[in-house]
Amino acid sequence: MKKKQKKVLIRIILSAVILVCLKIFAPEEGWLAAALYAVPYLIIGYDVIFKAGRNIANGQVFDENFLMMIATIGAFATGEFTEAAAVMLFYQTGELFQSVAVGKSRKSISALMDIRPDYANIERDGVLEQVDPDEIAVGDTIIIKAGERIPLDGVVLEGESAVDTSALTGESLPRTVHEGGDVVSGCINQTGLLKVRVTKPFGESTVSRILDLVENSASKKAKTENFITRFARYYTPAVCFAALALAVLPPLFAGGWLTWLHRALIFLVISCPCALVISVPLSFFGGIGGAGRQGILVKGGSYLEVLARSGIVVFDKTGTLTKGVFNVTVIHPEKISESRLIELAAYAESYSTHPIARSIIETYAMDIHRDRIASCEELSGRGVRAEIDGLTVCAGNDKMMDEIGVKWHPCHHVGTTVHVAVNGEYAGHLVISDEVKETSAAAIKSLRDIGIAKTVMLTGDAREVGEDTAARLGIDEVYSELLPADKVAKTEDLLAKKPQNSALVFVGDGINDAPVLSRADIGIAMGAMGSDAAIEAADIVLMDDDPEKLSIAVKIARRTLRIVYENIVFALGVKALVLLLGALGYASMWAAVFADVGVSVIAILNAMRALRTKDL
Amino acid sequence: MKKTFKLDELDCANCGAKMEAAIKKIDGVNDCTVSFMTQKLTLDADDARFDDIVKQAQKVCKKIEPDCEIVVK
Repeated sequence: MKKKQKKVLIRIILSAVILVCLKIFAPEEGWLAAALYAVPYLIIGYDVIFKAGRNIANGQVFDENFLMMIATIGAFATGEFTEAAAVMLFYQTGELFQSVAVGKSRKSISALMDIRPDYANIERDGVLEQVDPDEIAVGDTIIIKAGERIPLDGVVLEGESAVDTSALTGESLPRTVHEGGDVVSGCINQTGLLKVRVTKPFGESTVSRILDLVENSASKKAKTENFITRFARYYTPAVCFAALALAVLPPLFAGGWLTWLHRALIFLVISCPCALVISVPLSFFGGIGGAGRQGILVKGGSYLEVLARSGIVVFDKTGTLTKGVFNVTVIHPEKISESRLIELAAYAESYSTHPIARSIIETYAMDIHRDRIASCEELSGRGVRAEIDGLTVCAGNDKMMDEIGVKWHPCHHVGTTVHVAVNGEYAGHLVISDEVKETSAAAIKSLRDIGIAKTVMLTGDAREVGEDTAARLGIDEVYSELLPADKVAKTEDLLAKKPQNSALVFVGDGINDAPVLSRADIGIAMGAMGSDAAIEAADIVLMDDDPEKLSIAVKIARRTLRIVYENIVFALGVKALVLLLGALGYASMWAAVFADVGVSVIAILNAMRALRTKDL
Repeated sequence: MKKTFKLDELDCANCGAKMEAAIKKIDGVNDCTVSFMTQKLTLDADDARFDDIVKQAQKVCKKIEPDCEIVVK
């Protein structure tokens, strides 16, 4: 509790004690009673009265403090001394609760995002110094000890360690990094000493970008939030005028001025809009914070709102549903052994830098002795021809085999096929394909389980490859052989065809699909650890590249929205009920204070549920 | 120019909403958001008159909630 809050607490206790004593010993009516009850009233309410006066001087008519003052002084004037003091006491207690609860939630949300590194270790003249990460330049070598937070993005020069990425990705399993591997700022170095060459200045490093994004998320307000603040602007004056009408009109016809005045005062207490205004942004903030803990960065409450009603999810294939890494998945030798086929293919492709050649060499996994290769020639669009150990080896596609007159046969596996011929004789083929992520199928299934109507996949790959992947993952529609511009056109098509109230979500890896990310209702970028383009273009960023996070994100969005609506309905409902009962004379001023601050506190507690995302 | 300021002692959500509406009305302000949760004010305003606009915003803020202050670093 802050100092200010403690002071209020003392005043609450003090005036409560006095109030109880007065209730036992003091007279109920008369001048003496008024004077005595004024003591606890002023102890607990002096600041409200002071603020009311000051704000009126500043032209703030419908101010919460002013309304409370009028209501309680009105109660005093009508002889309800106990009520006046008690209501003020109750009001202050509620306000205190409210400010403590808000402070707590602010703290727990900011603790989630506590990934800012405080210092970096740099060696200068043989001495290890701790400096501000801001002072480190690109190219500097920093040292990260076990247990320290990685301050800047970089490449490991020396050392090996397990790195805890959970603050960024929500993934609890540590990641191992070696020499030559990338490390991302904001993660924690768990076991070994790392020497790292910095690749990005602090302002552009992952941790700064994420913090920036989270801090700015609150400025992109959701529609519901804007609606509620606009509503509040009309609500307070409307209820105040209703109170005025209630105080004047009925007694004109029926008399009983005092009774109606009292009822009007109840209206004034209820007219404060704080419960509404506070609980909506708090819920969104909680939802964004909870999503952050799962490695899902949401750039604003408005995106949660749209995500909650998503109906179509469109995927990019490579890098999103598949790993984006090409691997030899099939080896079909003919007349020679498997290892011999790979050896020949790897030697033939050893001078090539094509990703397919790289993947063959990686599969071979042994050192290549270049002296065994007498000559090597690359035939563009076809393949390579090389002399290895005196053998003429050709490795390439169908066209190449046809040209050199070798009889080949196609493979039933889908992917890029590399045929190999030795001395003009067919020796078999390799199929290279992009591997599907382990979690992709489960991700599609869980999206369907939570009621996403349609899943679509867009790919630049060949039709067979696209259709094969889609069938294996259980995707409804697939469009293949698309150029980046076609992807935008296709997305626009899908946008035009979808039902009005459901949103289209596009999921990509941020590489060359930025236009689609921004065209879709919601663009989600994946695997963003270190990719700036993705963080810029998307509305929501998944820190790791696990597509299963998608359904979690949708669930978080839906629950956040549900909590927002619960709060709105609850707060408005209670207020409306108490207004009605108050007008009819069934509600006391106590009930009115509950409808104001009590409802606020309950709404805040409800909003905090949005922060809990572990069970989703 | 767009800049973010910290708001000290912003205790009431409705006051934040009122401040936002009032600052938006200042001449030269393109956009403004007050976030009650992060206690931050994001101001997007004319480059040439920025400092002057910040001063006006501070005045407006003082008027609505005298306890709350825009921290200018």
